[in-house]
Amino acid sequence: MSDSTQKVINSLKKRHRKEKVFRAAGATAIGFGFLLVFLLITDIITKATPAFKQNWIAIEVDFQPDLLGIDGLDLTRLPKGDYRTVLRSAIFEMMPEVSGRRDKRSLFGLISSSAEFEIRNHLVANPADLGKKVTVWVKVDDDVDSYLKDDVVVGEPGIRISEKQATWIKKWVDSELIESRWNSEFFSLGDSREPESAGVKGALTGTFYTMLVTLVLSFPLGVAAALYLEEFAPKNRWTDFIEVNINNLAAVPSIVFGLLGLAVIINIFGLPRSTPLVGGIVLTLMTLPTIIIASRASIKAVPPSIREAAMGLGASRMQVAFSHVLPLAMPGIITGTIIGMAQALGETAPLLMIGMVAFIVDVPGGITDPATVMPVQIYLWADSPERAFVAKTSAAILVLLGFLLIMNSFAAFMRKKFEKRW
Amino acid sequence: MKKLLVALSMCAVSANVMAAGRDAINVVGSSTVFPFSTVVAERFGKSTDFKTPKIESTGTGGGMKLFCAGTGVNTPDMSNASRRMKKTEFEMCQKNGVTSITEVLVGYDGIVISNSKEASQMSVTRKELYLALAKEVPAKDGSESLIPNPYKTWKDVSPALPANKIEVLGPPPTSGTRDAFVELVMESGCNSFGWIKAMKKKDKNKYKAICHSVREDQAYIETGENDNLIVQKLSSNPKALGIFGFSFLDQNSDKLQGSKVDGKEPTFEAIADGSYPVSRPLYFYVKNAHVGQVPGIKEFLDEFTSNASMGDEGYLTDKGLIPLNKDKREKVRADVLALKPLQL
Repeated sequence: MSDSTQKVINSLKKRHRKEKVFRAAGATAIGFGFLLVFLLITDIITKATPAFKQNWIAIEVDFQPDLLGIDGLDLTRLPKGDYRTVLRSAIFEMMPEVSGRRDKRSLFGLISSSAEFEIRNHLVANPADLGKKVTVWVKVDDDVDSYLKDDVVVGEPGIRISEKQATWIKKWVDSELIESRWNSEFFSLGDSREPESAGVKGALTGTFYTMLVTLVLSFPLGVAAALYLEEFAPKNRWTDFIEVNINNLAAVPSIVFGLLGLAVIINIFGLPRSTPLVGGIVLTLMTLPTIIIASRASIKAVPPSIREAAMGLGASRMQVAFSHVLPLAMPGIITGTIIGMAQALGETAPLLMIGMVAFIVDVPGGITDPATVMPVQIYLWADSPERAFVAKTSAAILVLLGFLLIMNSFAAFMRKKFEKRW
Repeated sequence: MKKLLVALSMCAVSANVMAAGRDAINVVGSSTVFPFSTVVAERFGKSTDFKTPKIESTGTGGGMKLFCAGTGVNTPDMSNASRRMKKTEFEMCQKNGVTSITEVLVGYDGIVISNSKEASQMSVTRKELYLALAKEVPAKDGSESLIPNPYKTWKDVSPALPANKIEVLGPPPTSGTRDAFVELVMESGCNSFGWIKAMKKKDKNKYKAICHSVREDQAYIETGENDNLIVQKLSSNPKALGIFGFSFLDQNSDKLQGSKVDGKEPTFEAIADGSYPVSRPLYFYVKNAHVGQVPGIKEFLDEFTSNASMGDEGYLTDKGLIPLNKDKREKVRADVLALKPLQL
């Protein structure tokens, strides 16, 4: 046995040990990562659960025309009635033992302030109920809702319900007037300052429109730029200069794009503030470098033999680029696009400058309506003083994660479809 | 290239046309007034046929900048402010053609210094707060010189206070709450030293540097604009104090308690009658030129200043607003509905 073989044999144990240690370290790192993700998701889900349920209360409402202050015959006046008075008298009738101004006020406070609009909507939808006494379900106030969900005792720290209010609530629960329902309104309403009527539809629609504008602008532009730079552009100082700039752009902090959006898109072009159109354009600026860099890399990865074969058969450079290189590079381009879009989905900083961090109740109907996006909604709720918004915030995070998941699976599906082997 | 330019300008023109038809009120400004303004906006949107106003939280100064940029549908109609409009801002407005502005005094907001209920209630004076939080304080020997803040615990500041480490969570300099805190607490604490007070007339810049600088070691921790975060941190650390608006204390009264300042507890009543020393007025400003151009402004003002919202038992008080007294409220309402232009 030669000397060097002996050396190899001697070091074998050591080298094996090194590999084992490295493997163990890798596995630990992955395990640790999984643990953190698991903890995060469980925390969000436990915090979010209460937001998906909402307690409702049945109230016997007497739709007296004179109480409403409307003429029984004129149905167009229906939405303008004094529903607050009607609601008050309905609640006080339900609890005749409550007297005194202070007590009455705290009793009325147990019902959501959206209740008067709910009974109005009921009457407008069923005008035949005018003059009748009917049962209408309305939401309870967010404090009551939290109290019922958390299963706690009055007087303990953590409760904004007085002992008196607790006895009234108990009476309602005992007589089965209160019902906990699936909170479908969370998905069908826009933002609200009352946690019980706040929903994500406005922000979700805004996110959808903003992402749509971003995709429609950045994908064709990015791919075209990458294709030109890789396949057609001459290699000279100019293209080098452009390349360096694109790489630098990818590292620019996103707020800078927001400032640019404010100065150029809003102030010079006069596009309307706070709209998905402007938001989409700003986010396009942000995602373009990512898409261009990823697309160029994947175009470069297409083997030259394919280009040469196509050219050998008489294809023009244009045909080579579009019919041969681009389809083969597509999976990589889609991956780059999805990374860029996912970044854009989580951005709030550039949107701050162009007025998309705002309280907007109405669900946007197009790309020129004022809108906000999911991350902004999460931020605004996290910043609201009402306790019930804590659950709403976590629920909104889940919805955002869901949106991301759908977007990514769509991309994965597209990638599979375009994948070709050579 | 020419085609691109044409397309871009077409875009801009069509967008201008769209913007000309703006049908919702735009409000910008203070994050302190934001919670109140949004509640009114939401009720206004639900109870009338007008669209719900759009409200941005840009901070008082940022809001004024946008508001005073000019008239026209691309500029906001109203701006919220957690202090009165400054003379310089008023002049900027005038210069840019925003000549007629209506001022609306909404109510008051108290700034509270509070801690977790697990700890005992603090009772501090404004002078003690100044000594605990300023970057430089007068030397202990009584001479007219400044030394870097030496105080480590509250007991060092005053023997009557507990021996806890000074640890205050508060807003950053960009916040209106910080402005008000500095003005109402630090300055007043500063003024309790005669020789510093005398400096105000002689050397205003130096006076400001002494009285407005908050210490930068770990005793004062800037916690961002997110007041909820301060609330969470306070409940996990009973020894820390936090500085924020009264509405947050009101919403979390089960977990937190307000410290007495100059012997006064921060209660709803004490802030309303002005006996609690750290309270500030909340305003919003309306561009009169937009009344009639953007639908609903008059009706929105009517709703905002009504008894049902700003009154003693209005829905804004449920959100923590300290209302004006009845006479003042009626005067504000009359002036606002008549769109009386602001004079500064």
